Amino acid sequence: MAKKTYVAAIKDALAEEMRRDSTVFLMGEDVRLGVFAGTRGLHAEFGDARVIDTPISELGVAGAGVGAAVTGLRPIVDLMFGTFLYLALDQIVQQAASARYMFGGQAKAPIVYMVQNGGGISAGAHHSQAVHPIFMNVPLLKVVMPSNAADAKGLLKAAIRDDNPVIFLSPLSLTGSRADIPDGDHFVPLGKGEIKRNGRDVTICAAGAMVQKSLLAAEILAKDGIEVEVIDPRTLKPWDEEMVLESVARTGRFVAVDESKPICGAASEWAATVSEKAFSFLKAAPQRVSGKDVASPFSPILESAVIPSVDEVVAAVKRVM
Amino acid sequence: MEKILDIYTRMLRIRRFEEQVGVLFSQGQLPGFVHLYVGEEAVGAGVCATLRNDDYIVSTHRGHGHVIAKGGDFNRMMAELFGKATGYCKGKGGSMHIADFSIGMLGACGIVGGGIPMAVGAGLSAKLRGTDQVSVSFFGDGASNEGSFHESVNLAAVQNLPVLFVCENNQYGEFTPMEKVTGVRDIALRAQGYGIPGVIVDGTDALAVYEVAQTAVARARAGEGPTLIEAKTHRKGGHAEGEKAFLAGGVYRSAEELAQMQAKDPIVLLHKRMLEMGVATPNDLEELDQTITQAVVESVAFARRSPDPKPESIYEDMWV
Ligand SMILES: Cc1ncc(C[n+]2csc(CCOP(=O)(O)OP(=O)(O)O)c2C)c(N)n1
Ligand SMILES: [Mg+2]
Repeated sequence: MAKKTYVAAIKDALAEEMRRDSTVFLMGEDVRLGVFAGTRGLHAEFGDARVIDTPISELGVAGAGVGAAVTGLRPIVDLMFGTFLYLALDQIVQQAASARYMFGGQAKAPIVYMVQNGGGISAGAHHSQAVHPIFMNVPLLKVVMPSNAADAKGLLKAAIRDDNPVIFLSPLSLTGSRADIPDGDHFVPLGKGEIKRNGRDVTICAAGAMVQKSLLAAEILAKDGIEVEVIDPRTLKPWDEEMVLESVARTGRFVAVDESKPICGAASEWAATVSEKAFSFLKAAPQRVSGKDVASPFSPILESAVIPSVDEVVAAVKRVM
Repeated sequence: MEKILDIYTRMLRIRRFEEQVGVLFSQGQLPGFVHLYVGEEAVGAGVCATLRNDDYIVSTHRGHGHVIAKGGDFNRMMAELFGKATGYCKGKGGSMHIADFSIGMLGACGIVGGGIPMAVGAGLSAKLRGTDQVSVSFFGDGASNEGSFHESVNLAAVQNLPVLFVCENNQYGEFTPMEKVTGVRDIALRAQGYGIPGVIVDGTDALAVYEVAQTAVARARAGEGPTLIEAKTHRKGGHAEGEKAFLAGGVYRSAEELAQMQAKDPIVLLHKRMLEMGVATPNDLEELDQTITQAVVESVAFARRSPDPKPESIYEDMWV
């Protein structure tokens, strides 16, 4: 075990996978110096051919990645901010995600798109959006969003080894966070959630930066005698619905906490699944805590009013009690 | 003569404002991050000095200079950078999203290349409404590798729109030197591919910028179509403030390059030229500097004493 920052964990995962498999390569804007530093230093070890600084051309780079993937390589494309995925959307949805199915199984596109997701650092509207639901709505894309440095390392390794296109979303506000990282080839399988806190009264499902907030809420609620179970699905698609349904079968109460917007957000999907498949266990209507349905304002006061707060999670849990 | 003083004033307003922003940022007084326009003042000032109040500009992530060059208000800008309710965008925009529609400043833009199509649209609008307004798109060398640039130039060309594409070529996109990621040394060459004039100008020479912009604006107003202007310039500071700590010893520009650049400070150059030409006395320019510096100081006081936005205001300015 060693305590490391989120970006150090990302770097370790990239370096280990690049050492393990010579078909893995990295490209993106400033990956050599590393804007979020997760890629910094890799060029010294892997050189120009495997650590490629690209022009600012998201659509072209995202699509070139697909071309490399269907011809035998395993590209990792670093597009920096989640919102820059919008520029690349056509190639990700129409080529990366579609290639295998549309061409009747002839191809596979093992590619990872890495970005920082969500808000919380006053980066303004264009840089502070939780974009994951957009990708959850795309068939045959995997969507991963870790909540801490250790999971990030293990999930990134799994994403790189996966034969499908994966969107890997690092919560922007966790870039500097630290966690104990297990030694060795720490691997977290895609599609497996984790119970981050056990509790008998209420089940919370939360991902990314919302996991920590939910754990803080659980601590506050424990003082009132309410024991909250906090589940982090870690992979948003395909997601570990069994883990959540099993928990709800025990608790009978459900709260979904997600930074994205309420309409068709991740919380909507979780709450809908629980309502549909665990209805008979429910003692109260499932509740959602989502980002407010407005753009991300710059002012820290306004931005924190838009992103779900610990207080809002506490209030939602009290509503289902 | 008056025009030269006007251009110099715009440049110095930008410089003093940006220097203050840099200090405030380093003291941790500003949320978010800021990209300063220091070193590139001659481009925004030279171009905007050819424009009317009702002409349009669309800016970039490095946008403070464009707002000031078009006649923006220090107080409302500074308040926005502090995230205050009195800011241009009521604290909702921040450094990368300042706009002043009353002076045709249609907004800065956090997305590289994201503003270029809008500038074309404003030009299209002027043409369809039958006015003689022109529209200017400012963007960087890095942005010229985005699809939005290529699509926009072609669209403006085939529609013969009153648009100036002004590429501020500071030779870097973040920390990546242009030649590593761009197939041509001169962005102006790309104009050929779309059948419009492409002009290269020394972006540290404000009067030269003014001249080429004047020609392009005259063409645009006369209905003769768009021009691509490439202003070769440099940013004196980092890509974003706080870059040094962030790079943690990482270097991407040589000391030699930095020294060369310092010798081509557009404000020092124009200052010298104005004295030589007898446009102003050293005393005049010193007084001008003091007036501007005072206005910057006042804008900080204004921002500080301004109220924070109310949390409920997240639900304001939604649907029309
Ligand atoms: C679509 C998009 N991609 C990447 C970024 C990150 N980014 C911000 S500024 C910048 C460099 C832009 O270079 P250039 O256009 O030359 O402008 P300069 O910063 O040099 O003024 C990059 C890559 C962004 N904001 N938007
Ligand atoms: Mg540049």
